[in-house]
Order: sequence, then structure tokens, then C-alpha cells
Amino acid sequence: MSKENIIDTAFRRLRAEGKKAFIPFVTAGDPNIEATALIVREMIRNGADLVEIGVPYSDPSMDGPVIMRADRRALESGTRLRDIFRVVRELSADFPEIPFLLLLYFNSVFVYGIERFFSEAEEAGISGLIIPDLPIEERAEAQPAASAHGIYLISMVAPTSLERAERICKEAEGFLYCVTSLGVTGVRKEYQTSFQEYFERLDSFSNIPKCAGFGISDPEQKRQIEQYCDGTIVGSAVERKIEAGIEQGLDEARIARSVGNLVFEFTGGK
Amino acid sequence: MNENNSGRYGPYGGRYSGETLMHALRELEDAYRKAQKDPAFGEEYSRFLREYAGRPSLLYYAERMSRDLGTTVYLKREDLNHTGAHKINNVLGQALLAMRMGKKRLIAETGAGQHGVATATAAAYFGLECDVFMGKEDMIRQSLNVYRMELLGATVHEVTDGTATLKDATSEALREWSRRVEDTFYVIGSVVGPHPYPEIVRDFQRVIGDEIRAEMLEKHGRLPSALLACVGGGSNAMGTFYPFIGDPSVRLMAAEAGGEGVDSGRHAATVAAGTTGVFHGMKSLFLQDDEGQITPVYSISAGMDYPGIGPEHAYLHDTGRAEYFSITDDEAVDAFEYLSRMEGIIPAIESSHAVALLTKMKSGFTPDDTVVITISGRGDKDVEAIGRYRGKIR
Ligand SMILES: Cc1ncc(COP(=O)(O)O)c(C=O)c1O
Repeated sequence: MSKENIIDTAFRRLRAEGKKAFIPFVTAGDPNIEATALIVREMIRNGADLVEIGVPYSDPSMDGPVIMRADRRALESGTRLRDIFRVVRELSADFPEIPFLLLLYFNSVFVYGIERFFSEAEEAGISGLIIPDLPIEERAEAQPAASAHGIYLISMVAPTSLERAERICKEAEGFLYCVTSLGVTGVRKEYQTSFQEYFERLDSFSNIPKCAGFGISDPEQKRQIEQYCDGTIVGSAVERKIEAGIEQGLDEARIARSVGNLVFEFTGGK
Repeated sequence: MNENNSGRYGPYGGRYSGETLMHALRELEDAYRKAQKDPAFGEEYSRFLREYAGRPSLLYYAERMSRDLGTTVYLKREDLNHTGAHKINNVLGQALLAMRMGKKRLIAETGAGQHGVATATAAAYFGLECDVFMGKEDMIRQSLNVYRMELLGATVHEVTDGTATLKDATSEALREWSRRVEDTFYVIGSVVGPHPYPEIVRDFQRVIGDEIRAEMLEKHGRLPSALLACVGGGSNAMGTFYPFIGDPSVRLMAAEAGGEGVDSGRHAATVAAGTTGVFHGMKSLFLQDDEGQITPVYSISAGMDYPGIGPEHAYLHDTGRAEYFSITDDEAVDAFEYLSRMEGIIPAIESSHAVALLTKMKSGFTPDDTVVITISGRGDKDVEAIGRYRGKIR
């Protein structure tokens, strides 16, 4: 693995330019896989620096109602891993500098076969996986295959990580996904955590780029948070936009454009 | 066997949890290890079981049934516990831990409602806040228990996601725990979930097997030939089996929910038709497709309508130490009626699966064999649904 993971390249460039990463999330296959391809293109056109693609799950026990509904729609449209790999393969060929991340439950990797999964993910041009139910203690099961295929396992840290935070920071690769509030995914109005204290503590353990996620729903929140870290992840707000588009009966291209507009509101187009 | 505390049972178990809950799981494990070492905790728990839950439960010699089946049958009467099922054994232990940890609120998932009722009972006893998550389907089929929980001061939250049954209630309880992890203790109702839950629940249920063992030795001077129990997540079976794992002469036989038959696709027979996966914080056997999507399951019994099984059961199955059989809805309902008429004991529909297993397997036993069936709960909660199933109640 002489080749650098493009997640590292992306954050090095952003830091050099004094910029913050914007990472939108979309559930693959909502409302269908071709729509996902259009949505991701619109995200990138409107300033996404990395893209996080959710693999829909039957029982997303760490997600709130918005993503639960998105997952259900995606599975009802027949989305399978092979469709997701195909679409990411096309996207990563067209946007070789954009890191594509998959967010998924560990069962999706485990049942597919760990080696087979990482091998196909590498072939599709995926740079990292975020597996919320694979904490550092269970990481050894997937780490060798991930490393062999040049794919990062992105670690999560939470306000409740407390004494665990140091080890998580020191073992993190790519960037650290910093959960900024308790609970599951979803849009929120209020935060209990003091961002400054939270990120200062994490910074004291490691210089790895840190991106904030969970509940960031509008550009003002994003601006507030990103002064303390290296970037933000926005998921449920995107899925709410897609859901609204579906309810209005919009076609895939218009849903994608509405997501593009949302991303523009966050990034200003860069 | 498995005396180590790593949370692994062969390849199964583990702690596949979101980061938000990892500290809380650690904290729970630490509190539990401290309690294990503290004789005062053990004494308090035993006293609580004795004076509040009404233990030891009877080991009842079922004379008519023995004659009818041609073997010596004992029933371990967990149905006689306070609140009417084995669930109270575990809940009282976890509630004592919650008090030691200074938690203010208990939450629980429930299928048949027995675990929810037990949790609501412990919360009332200790003056704790209590929220119970229950699938909409189960709230309909176990409506009596919904009102019991409310009567005890708990709030019951209807879960409408997915199949609106136990698995969805469990997911929702996990979500709620992530939302309010600081002051909330999640009382898991079976030997499932991330470490240390499968171990804690098994340890609090082993009183079933310990009592069986002591009484059989006292009465017969020998161990039973076989132990039979039903398995949803597997807590009453694990509690029954655990003290006998090192005694190879004792057959350990578990009945899982065969629904309309394993071939029908409408069942919850995890061991018969499941594959290894990771779900609800544990590696174990699950009913799932080739990409790990959990498949909808079905059983007449709300308490066994779950697509997984505790990790230690998966291991006992792999090693061949315990045997797992599927019992259909029809067989369970027949056994529900059989025990009612034969012994004047109305068992829970869950426990009826274990009774059905013996009526089905009776040719494997002689009058010299002693067979113990754990009657995990009483059937009052099921009378209405079974009446409807039989067309006797509209
Ligand atoms: C009476 C009774 N028996 C058995 C079960 C199944 O649970 P487990 O397999 O954990 O004993 C339940 C669950 O609700 C129950 O209420």
C-alpha cells in the first residue's frame, strides 16, 4: 500500500487552504439507486468535500426516524450491495479526488464476508467505512482486511466516551467522526455539549482531523461548530429534503437538484 | 466452561455497540463485578427473591402427566413467582444493580409483556421512573399486560417500526438508552445484547437450575435425565441449563418457535434456520438474508417472536451440548390445553412450547427417567388470544 488514502490527501489540502470539510450523507437507494447517483453528483457539484453513503439496513437501531424511513424506502426499492458498489465505482471514476465513505452496520460487512466485502469495496473506489457498531474493542475483526485493501475504518467518538477518548483518538485513521450529542441520528435544535471543551480535549490527544456529526441541521449550526473542528457531517437534513421531494412527487433529477441546493446553502458552493 | 468473563462464547457474544453506549456498558460491567465480589449484594438479592418474588419456586411432580407420557415428569413452576414468570429473577437483580449505580430510571423492551411487567414492578418497589417499549402487535395480543404495566406506574411506548414486535421494541429501547444514558438503566429481558448483558441475565436466572439441582439431589439422589425449556432470547432456558452444563448425563433440550412450520417461512426458529451475524450488540445466530438484512419472523408467542438467540445458546448448539427443536403454533396450543386439563396448570404460550417438546419426544424416555420442564410463566395473559385462535372467543 504505497498509495496514500485520498482521505489524507483531502484533509491535508483543506488544512493547507484553511478550509473546513463538508461531508453530506445520503442513504443509498432512496428513493432508488439511480437517484442516489444523481444526488451524489449534485452534492459534489455544490461543494461536498467527501461523501458519506449509507447502506440501508432492515433494523437501524442506531438511527432516528428520518434515516429509518430512508432505509425502508431504499430496501423497498430493492437496493443491494452490488448496486451500491456499482454506483460508487462510477462515481469514484468520475471524481477521483473525492473520498467516498460507506456508513453501515457491521452485519452488512460480516454476512457478506469480511474479505469479500473489502475487496469489492476497494475495487469500487471506496476510501473508508464508518461502522457505528464496531467499537475499538471489536475492531480487530475487520482491521486486517481493511488495511490490506487500503480502506480506512473511521472511528467514532462521543461525549460519553470519557476515558475511552484517548485511545480512540490515538488509534484513529483518516479522520475522527465526533458525535456532538447523545442519542441517535436526527436533526436537533439544541446541544448540551460545550464544543470548545469537547474538541480541545480531543485535540490534546491527537492531531487527526475531526469532523462533527449527529444532528447538524442548518448552516448556522454548521458555522458555529466548525470553528472548533475540521469539518461537519450532515445526514438527516439531506434525507428530510429527499423525503419532502418524494412527498411532492418530484422526479429523481429534481430531488437531486433540491439536495444540491441544500448542500449549496451549507457550503456557499466553495 | 465459559467461566471467563470476556463476553465471548466461542465465536459468539462480544460488545458490538455504538460508541455512545460503550462507557455505560463498561460501567455496568464494573458495577456487576463489584457486586459479584460483595457478599452483601448476594444476600440482598437472595432475600429479595425469597421475600418478594416468592422463591424457591415449586418443583412439582406431575403425576397424571407422568402416567400419560410414560416417564417421570417434574415441572419447575416459574409461573408461581410474583408477576407470573421467570422474568422477575433477572429484573430484581438488575434493579438492585441500578440502585447501586444511582440510576433514576429503568427502561425495558418487552414482547409478551412479562419482562415489562416485572420491570414496572421493580420500578414501583424502588420508586424509580419506568418506560417500557413494546411493539404495537404485541400490545394487541398481550393487552392485559399493557394495563398491568400502567397500573404499576410505568409508561408503555408503542413501537410501530418494522414488524412492530420484540425486535423493534429492543431497537427502540437501545435508541432511548443512547438518548438518556446518564440517568437510565436499561434492563434487558433475556440473555441477549452486548456484553455484559448475556452473562448478567444468565447469572440472575441460574437460580432456576440451581434450585432444580438441589431438589433433585435431595429427592432422588441423582440428577435429572433431561431438562426442557422454551427459548425466545433464551433466558429461562439458560437459567435452567447453566448449572448442568458440566454434567453430560443431563440432556439439555430447548424448544424454539416454529410458528407455522420451518418450511412455511413463517416462524422464529433461529437455530433451525438462522446464520451467524451481528445484531443488537452481539454476534450470534439470526434469521437474516444473504446480505445480513434481518428477516421478518413470526410466532403465536410474543415472547419468542424474535429473530435471534442469546450467544451462549449459539455456542451450546455448536458444541452439541444442548439440543434445539422447533415447535409449531399448533403444537404449542395443543400443549397449552393439555397441561391445563391434565394438571390444572395453565402455562404461558411460551412455556407451552417446552411442554409440547416433551409430548413430542416422549418415546425417548422411560419411567425411570426424570424429566424437568421449566414452566417459565403462567398463561393468564394468553387465555384470550388462544380462545380466539380456537374460535371460542370472538
Ligand atoms: C413466560 C415467558 N417465557 C419465555 C419467554 C421467552 O424469553 P426467554 O427465552 O428469554 O426465556 C418469555 C418472554 O417474554 C416469557 O414471557
